[in-house]
Amino acid sequence: MTAAVFFGCTFIAFGPALALYVFTIAIEPLRVIFLIAGKASEGLKSINPDESAPSMRLLAYVSGLGFGIMSGVFSFVNTLSDSLGPGIVGIHGDSPQFFLNSAFMTLVIILLHVFWGIIFFDACEKKKWYILLLVLLTHLLVSTQTFLSPHYGINLVSAYVIMVFMGIWAFFVAGGSCRSLKFCLLCQDKDFLLYHQRSR
Amino acid sequence: MLTFMASDSDEEVCNERTSLMSAESPTPRSCQEGRQGLEDGENTAQWKTTFSFSFLISKSLPYITSSSCGAGTPWSSRCGFPQRSQDSEEDCEEDPDHYDCSAVPGRPPGLEEELTLKYGAKHVIMLFVPVTLCMIVVVATIKSVRFYTEKNGQLIYTPFTEDTPSVGQRLLNSVLNTLIMISVIVVMTIFLVVLYKYRCYKFIHGWLIMSSLMLLFLFTYIYLGEVLKTYNVAMDYPTLFLTVWNFGAVGMVCIHWKGPLVLQQAYLIMISALMALVFIKYLPEWSAWVILGAISVYDLVAVLCPKGPLRMLVETAQERNEPIFPALIYSSAMVWTVGMAKLDPSSQGALQLPYDPEMEEDSYDSFGEPSYPEVFEPHLPGYPGEELEEEEERGVKLGLGDFIFYSVLVGKAAATGSGDWNTTLACFVAILIGLCLTLLLLAVFKKALPALPISITFGLIFYFSTDNLVRPFMDTLASHQLYI
Repeated sequence: MTAAVFFGCTFIAFGPALALYVFTIAIEPLRVIFLIAGKASEGLKSINPDESAPSMRLLAYVSGLGFGIMSGVFSFVNTLSDSLGPGIVGIHGDSPQFFLNSAFMTLVIILLHVFWGIIFFDACEKKKWYILLLVLLTHLLVSTQTFLSPHYGINLVSAYVIMVFMGIWAFFVAGGSCRSLKFCLLCQDKDFLLYHQRSR
Repeated sequence: MLTFMASDSDEEVCNERTSLMSAESPTPRSCQEGRQGLEDGENTAQWKTTFSFSFLISKSLPYITSSSCGAGTPWSSRCGFPQRSQDSEEDCEEDPDHYDCSAVPGRPPGLEEELTLKYGAKHVIMLFVPVTLCMIVVVATIKSVRFYTEKNGQLIYTPFTEDTPSVGQRLLNSVLNTLIMISVIVVMTIFLVVLYKYRCYKFIHGWLIMSSLMLLFLFTYIYLGEVLKTYNVAMDYPTLFLTVWNFGAVGMVCIHWKGPLVLQQAYLIMISALMALVFIKYLPEWSAWVILGAISVYDLVAVLCPKGPLRMLVETAQERNEPIFPALIYSSAMVWTVGMAKLDPSSQGALQLPYDPEMEEDSYDSFGEPSYPEVFEPHLPGYPGEELEEEEERGVKLGLGDFIFYSVLVGKAAATGSGDWNTTLACFVAILIGLCLTLLLLAVFKKALPALPISITFGLIFYFSTDNLVRPFMDTLASHQLYI
């Protein structure tokens, strides 16, 4: 049971982040380094003339993901390593769903960090300071909610609701629209297909 | 409590390795002591480790260079083949990480820089992977095999014990241990430089072979034994012999002769991990941290100061156009060379040809196998009439000592304390950041640089701050499921 809990919780908490990393970053790590080195626009233009300088957003996404992964790992890895060992969960009256709750909470924190990163960078670029404040306040809100630790239900549900809102907001901030979403889901996005064909 | 143990066999002179590597070659004593025979069982193990330790010290030379234009000249800004066109040499000097040595003259400078960054970035990632793998192997072993965290004596190079009642005494002992270790290293490095200057290549080569043998056979045997004990798996001696023999023989061939690049890299990672485990086991706690700090300072001084032994070594090797032994360096890319142009037989008698076949030592022939036969015959004239394809992919080379000390830091972080994973991960991230910065500096300065100082400094800072400040905080948060 302990190995099952260990692997299950690991994949719940870090699966999406790992997938994001593998599918978006691991294949083009140079891009990230381009961004950090500041030659993004010219470099990207030379490589892919059609792209209209999404560099700052990519950096926002990558840094959000990085922060999220580090935060999630630091919060959860010790709990994970304890879940492997012999023991009884909640023997002193705590909830027996400790590991599962922690795993889901870690997942939501990682995703929230990604979205917050995107929104934050965009707000900095457009100099909308109230958005910065809003991001900070939602972060505080989610963290403060975790003080309701025995009542996992409310805690998790509201955190996920906030995450969905943040996700939608970040999607629109990053330049998405209902139309592009429709194209993407129906595999009709010509730009996307062309781009991926070209890069091969 | 001193452990006896034969000093290692001859000290390993770290020639090439020493460039940026801390030449730890404490070995001379081991040779003689080894011959005195073994004492009792416990001493035997320690004897073996000290013995091999000395050998391996020479292996633990950290350094980092990027391969330059010429094959076989690991330092940037130097093209090894005078017959190459001048512009390619210039280009090589400008962009050591540039993929194509023969740059197109009409290329815009922005693109050059961009490509430099791009390929420099590629090399950063090419080094992240082996460093990460080495650290993973070490941490996994430390966390599962208890042998490497059990205190079982100390090496002869750290004679002062840390089992003292007072903190001040313990600190003093660890500083003294560090002084002894570092002075041994300095002596060995200087000895190495002297040997290299006087061209005692056979001696050096023999030394390297002995140390690889020791690592690949003896330490692997011990490691395998401990792993089998931990998991309670029985293995009979014939199977064990077969396994260790195959592993070791293939390793020797791959490292010292020809082999697929990936296999060579894998073996280098494994021997670095084994050596790091030895250090983790036999260095007492406080001494280990002080030694890590002192080694970084020594590395910095030895590589960058004009009179530093490693720098002199690098310069001597550059003058002679000789590469560093591939056995002691992890190379991230394949170098296809043999760029031996057709030699004019009439000119051979008069000149000492600088681009001898040993330049191929560091390169692979067109089938991707490293050709390493002529390294010890520096006075041989080039093969007359030999004309081969020239092609080169730049790569970055990192000395095995760097791998070893990075892994020692992370392994010690994993071994000590309360088995905290946050500390281990923090040190891991710190080392990678330091490595990234060092590679950035390498792209900027384009000469051999010490790879230890930045990473080890970050690693030490992160270790102490995480272990003392972050860990109690995160433990409390995690136990109450509070997220910040």
